[in-house]
Amino acid sequence: MRPFTYERVDSATAAIAAFGAGAVGAASERQYLAGGTTLIDLMKLDVMRPQTVIDINALDRTALGRVETNDQGLRLGALAHMSEVADHPVIKRDYPMIAQSLELAASPQIRNMATLGGNVLQRTRCPYFRDVSYAECNKRIPGSGCAALDGFNRSHAVLGVSDACIATYPGDFGQALIALDAMVELRGRNGDRKLPFGALHRPPGGSPEIETALLPGEIITGFAIAAAPWLRRSLYLKIRDRQSYEFALASAAIALDMGENQIVQEVRIALGGVASVPWRARSAERALQGRRLNEQAARAAADTAFADANPHEHNLFKVGLGKRTLVRALLQAATMEL
Amino acid sequence: MPNATFHSVATSVAGWSRRMFLTASATSLAVPLFARTSHAEAMDPQTARAKDPRDPANLALTVNGRKHQLALDARTTLLDALRERLGLTGAKKGCDHGQCGACTVLIDGRRVLSCLTLALVAEGRAVTTIEGLAKPDGTLHPMQQAFIDQDAFQCGYCTPGQILSAVSCVEEGHAANDAEIREYMSGNLCRCAAYPNIVAAIKQAKHSMREG
Repeated sequence: MRPFTYERVDSATAAIAAFGAGAVGAASERQYLAGGTTLIDLMKLDVMRPQTVIDINALDRTALGRVETNDQGLRLGALAHMSEVADHPVIKRDYPMIAQSLELAASPQIRNMATLGGNVLQRTRCPYFRDVSYAECNKRIPGSGCAALDGFNRSHAVLGVSDACIATYPGDFGQALIALDAMVELRGRNGDRKLPFGALHRPPGGSPEIETALLPGEIITGFAIAAAPWLRRSLYLKIRDRQSYEFALASAAIALDMGENQIVQEVRIALGGVASVPWRARSAERALQGRRLNEQAARAAADTAFADANPHEHNLFKVGLGKRTLVRALLQAATMEL
Repeated sequence: MPNATFHSVATSVAGWSRRMFLTASATSLAVPLFARTSHAEAMDPQTARAKDPRDPANLALTVNGRKHQLALDARTTLLDALRERLGLTGAKKGCDHGQCGACTVLIDGRRVLSCLTLALVAEGRAVTTIEGLAKPDGTLHPMQQAFIDQDAFQCGYCTPGQILSAVSCVEEGHAANDAEIREYMSGNLCRCAAYPNIVAAIKQAKHSMREG
């Protein structure tokens, strides 16, 4: 690990001031430190090389660490820990997709450390990104190429990829947030603003080193999810190489409002493990709208969701696996007892 | 019992052992007289030179109820501070990347990975390691006893992390049945594959922890 200056702050305002006018992107010289489960790991690997680390953990005793639920919906402070939200009785009952997406991620120790804000900003697990002995990685070294394109790309994305990068977005919670039209609350040098969660992450395109729409020094303060009739019939299904403590090969976040005779009033679908960013499957949602939800309809929707898939040598299986995952998740949601 | 030198560096003394005494004595030698208190200042007022990020930072770590004054490079993880500076070698370095759980300790009563925690981040929080789990009179924690009774380890390298994680697993209320125990212990790998016996130990300790 390279030397860095450590600063500890006790308010968001102090954090933003300490950050100053840092550079944008992966090469940023300054980094906020919360749970540290991504940052310290990548600093040890020499992938991230901040010169200043600003510890914001003390802010967890402010509104940034709180979970609030009421009739209007849910507000999650960005410094709440994954485990607190996964175990929250109201969230488990009324927002099962959110609780499951967190409970099925990482390990209990990591869920005790990692915060929600850090979770959505976790970096890809692409082995060519994480290993600096590979000279080609457009995320690490812009313009250097992508070793995964012709490499061992079994874990890589099939949706939202580009010629510059096929790295998978590794998160689970992000799929719940994009499925439920969450808003992300930000604070920066120019004050507060809100973004739809779907606008937070940028697909790789030609500049995969820029992963989010965050401005330099901007800090995530929370997430808001509005109450909706499809929240209770919701779930997160995660398929992986081992049963626990593993990233998704494919996952599906489903929220369903079902009327008489299994007719779909509203459905929200997001797909994990298969895309470069948190992935909303809007075409599949449209395919199901107003239809009776049976296996045939679910399969048709899954075909639509992966119609634009762009697999590489070792990850073609993710197209089939992703479709089967989505079909199973839809049918599970349809038969949930409320 | 400790001598007077010890009292000058340790506070809030819960219990004593020869090992703890030796550890604390070594620590007292490590207390720096030259390090500064602020990590953030750009200029060192004493030497009037630009601050080098490699300069040690002063911090106080509270481990197993005792406070230690240390001067550490900011890069030092809690795991390295425990093992290399405080002589508390119970927490083990397995992968050093948060993937194996051998370094598991409790911070403010919650299980975390000390290899991904900077020592500076743990300042002001209560750290518990395997060395702090038994009672002062040496009576083992019910989970330690259960690991012995159920033969829940072979080589023992992952065991301190397993035991601390298992204590949390029960205290969090995630030890209702075998499947839940396995899921909530998935962050602790055991290359000897003592998993069935670890599950048995947790089921045994769950009852004695409730009674105790």
